[in-house]
Amino acid sequence: MKLNELTISELRKLLDTGEIKPSEILDDVYSRIDEVEGRVKAYITVTRDNAYAMADNAERVIASGAATALTGIPVAVKDNMCTKGVLTTCASKMLANFVPPYESTVTRKLAEQNYILTGKANMDEFAMGSSTENSGFHTTRNPWDLERIPGGSSGGSAAAVAADECIAAIGSDTGGSIRQPASMCGVVGLKPTYGRVSRYGLVAFASSLDQIGPLTKNVRDAALMMNAISGHDPLDSTSAPVTVPDFTAALGQDIKGMKIGIPKEYFVPGMDHEVEDAVRTAIRNLEALGAFPVEVSLPHTEYAIATYYVLATSEASSNLARYDGVKYGFRAEGRDLLDMYKNTRAQGFGPEVKRRIMLGTYALSSGYYDAYYKKGQQVRTLIKQDFDNALREVDVIVTPTAPTPAFKIGEKATDPLRMYLSDICTISVNLAGAPALVLPCGSTHAGLPVGLQIIGRHFDEESLLKVAYAYEQNTEWHTRRAQL
Amino acid sequence: MTKYEVVIGLEVHAQMLTETKIFCGCSTKFGAEPNTQTCPVDIGMPGVLPVLNRKAVEFAIRTGLAMQCSISPYSRFARKNYFYPDLPKGYQVSQYELPICEGGYVEIVVDGQVKSIGITRIHMEEDAGKNIHGGEGRYSFVDLNRAGVPLMEIVSEPDIRSPKEAAEYMRKIRSIVRYLGVCDGNMEQGSLRCDANISLRPVGQEELGTRAELKNMNSFRFIEKALEYEVKRQTRILQEGGEVVQETRLWDAAAGVTQAMRSKEEAHDYRYFPEPDLVPIQVEQAWVEGIRSALPELPDAKRERFVSRYGLPEYDAESLTAEKAVAAWYEEAVKAGGQPKAVANWMMGELTRLLNEKDLSIEESPVKPAQLAEMLLLIDKGTISGKIAKTVFEEMCRSGKDAGVIVKEQGLLQISDEGAIEKAVDEVITRSQKEVERYKAGDEKLLSFFVGQVMKAMKGKANPQILNDLVKKRLL
Repeated sequence: MKLNELTISELRKLLDTGEIKPSEILDDVYSRIDEVEGRVKAYITVTRDNAYAMADNAERVIASGAATALTGIPVAVKDNMCTKGVLTTCASKMLANFVPPYESTVTRKLAEQNYILTGKANMDEFAMGSSTENSGFHTTRNPWDLERIPGGSSGGSAAAVAADECIAAIGSDTGGSIRQPASMCGVVGLKPTYGRVSRYGLVAFASSLDQIGPLTKNVRDAALMMNAISGHDPLDSTSAPVTVPDFTAALGQDIKGMKIGIPKEYFVPGMDHEVEDAVRTAIRNLEALGAFPVEVSLPHTEYAIATYYVLATSEASSNLARYDGVKYGFRAEGRDLLDMYKNTRAQGFGPEVKRRIMLGTYALSSGYYDAYYKKGQQVRTLIKQDFDNALREVDVIVTPTAPTPAFKIGEKATDPLRMYLSDICTISVNLAGAPALVLPCGSTHAGLPVGLQIIGRHFDEESLLKVAYAYEQNTEWHTRRAQL
Repeated sequence: MTKYEVVIGLEVHAQMLTETKIFCGCSTKFGAEPNTQTCPVDIGMPGVLPVLNRKAVEFAIRTGLAMQCSISPYSRFARKNYFYPDLPKGYQVSQYELPICEGGYVEIVVDGQVKSIGITRIHMEEDAGKNIHGGEGRYSFVDLNRAGVPLMEIVSEPDIRSPKEAAEYMRKIRSIVRYLGVCDGNMEQGSLRCDANISLRPVGQEELGTRAELKNMNSFRFIEKALEYEVKRQTRILQEGGEVVQETRLWDAAAGVTQAMRSKEEAHDYRYFPEPDLVPIQVEQAWVEGIRSALPELPDAKRERFVSRYGLPEYDAESLTAEKAVAAWYEEAVKAGGQPKAVANWMMGELTRLLNEKDLSIEESPVKPAQLAEMLLLIDKGTISGKIAKTVFEEMCRSGKDAGVIVKEQGLLQISDEGAIEKAVDEVITRSQKEVERYKAGDEKLLSFFVGQVMKAMKGKANPQILNDLVKKRLL
């Protein structure tokens, strides 16, 4: 067994007993990267030299007996999180040369545990997309089928975990960007409650929806990562001042008697049969473990995509205004200031980013604000109430993650509306600010992974982990590996 | 010809005197090397987030309370979106729908009458940086030291009816923010700035006319001049049957005119929306009450007190209370025994003149309040004449010595000895026979000639009352 194929907790034992050194894990990680990265293309930047320096440091910490859960563990970080001194591009030509002089809170917290950064993972440009096809540099391939997309926007993070090019990864989720690629790559992905994890240093797409979370090989690793990255941050006013539990304490607890909500609106016409079958089977498995499935309704689900694309693009149109060629990043010359602005933004942004900036600018424009942005906020409140109401009746809600398994590269690239629909099962959760976890729950005939989504109450990630762990312990899906 | 009424509303921007910026820990100090007081947050780097400076909120509340506003228990920030190199994020974090303070007023004194000017709202926002043009080549430079310095925008109701009132209003705002210690009020350095909306309407008409917005008036004088120019410009347009265009106009101080900057058609659509990176501001009543109880006595209250307690006219009271330090100086002088109206006269006259000459503030005055009071007592007791007092006061300013000492040293004691004065009068009359003839022929204006001549001869020390009486008597 290669070390890069192990989980965080497995490696922890080996590291703490002195059987292996962090650099040996890196040896296996980088030989795997050398072997498959040419085909998978999960990374934008591989930080090998820096990683070995971090490994030396971790080794000293372990030797001194001060190791914590992530000490010496190689982690890939999505390229929209600022890493001091390490290129952070957001998969955009606009930031192709941007080296932040500051560290995001999440990577700082990981560094406090002496983790090892393997590299910066590919994504859709500015996290806008569901396939990584919008990356300004290259498309990441799904390790289960290189002809297919890995999902997005955290497709590089998911693929890196699935291809064993790292032990775990960090992603960000604005409308499903952790969960949909986790589902399509057969890994565990967790989008925490909005406010659970600091957004400081996360390059903003839609500030009121963005949330950072882990992508891992199993549920326990997700809990360990959550322990590391959660908590109020004085640098992020929207991070919640709530206490952080030990998330691993939820693992192994009995789920007997738990009520599991099944929202009828999520089993939509046009959903792939194999996906629906896998999810329904998973629900029966949970029932067999003592949980009670209850049908619930989330009546405003049908408005979620429209609402999302008004609110997220509105915020994005403003968040991306700072890329103007004046201070950092890409600049195209021009005759005068206006010309420089236009050339910089025309050449620096890709088509999907421009599309969303235009949509959002329109939605916020004088005369349209009430009809779009304001209405969108009102519907958002209704959607949040849907979840509040349902979660008063049940402990968690279980749904599919995406209507289809991973699709072919290019299949939806020219049809933005069809692409947007692939987020239909995940988007509402961001609008509600609720936490959700995705874990493998099946496979199609073609061998593509299917993910089960578990949604919980605000700041109750523990219930998600509890249900997911119970399911994982009684199924084999998480042990399947992509053959590359 | 139609008579027009002038309608003016002012938007005043006041830089708050907080140590650090509104959303980061950088210093707000003025005058540092460009871009040395910046960090990833105020430069608008990717992924950074604002954290609200509590002191800025406190200052805004303090100002709101001083202007009789209600303080919103729940308010929030919004983004004002536009592109400009001195605006690093491409939006300014400001307040739009729910400002921190609403609905207050301040009082101004115009022609001795007190007038109330409504305050629509006060909101908080971040300042922008500065573009520096005119270097070599085709580039301009951007200095972001000022980006993120906390501002208050104080918006008045359109209650102002003349350029003079506008300047008075601005003086009052400056006075209040300085009393409160929330802004240094320096208009030259731009820590206090104002834009004016001005329109004309036929007298008696309810509906407002089309307005122009004036910018770039960085002194009280320019505010008045720019508005006077604008009144004339708009009056001429309307009288010629034209229409005022809604536009932004810049005051050109050198040329003494306002010039169109951008019209409504070119106006920005700022696409305001609630700032998602900041949580709403919840202000607890206890905090507000704490701030209220710590408020100093403010200019309006002080003015009223000066009127009722010292019997001063509104004008004097307004003038003496505009600056906290001046008012304190006044009260100290009165407390030391100075007669209230006399202290007021000397402060507004000689003291102000001498301080201006030497470019000194009241705190730096070489004459202390008790010294003025002592000098006034010498006048009262007849020890020195009012005329000599001016000389004495000038010497006090020069040397810092007490009036009594100067009088003694320079032999300036007033002479009330009738014999001595009479002698001098006789001398003058003897050598001024021509004038005596004319006086006796009815040219009574010449009385002052004789008095002046005697005073001169006695080096100004003669008791003026006795002198007057004696001259009249001798010329009978």
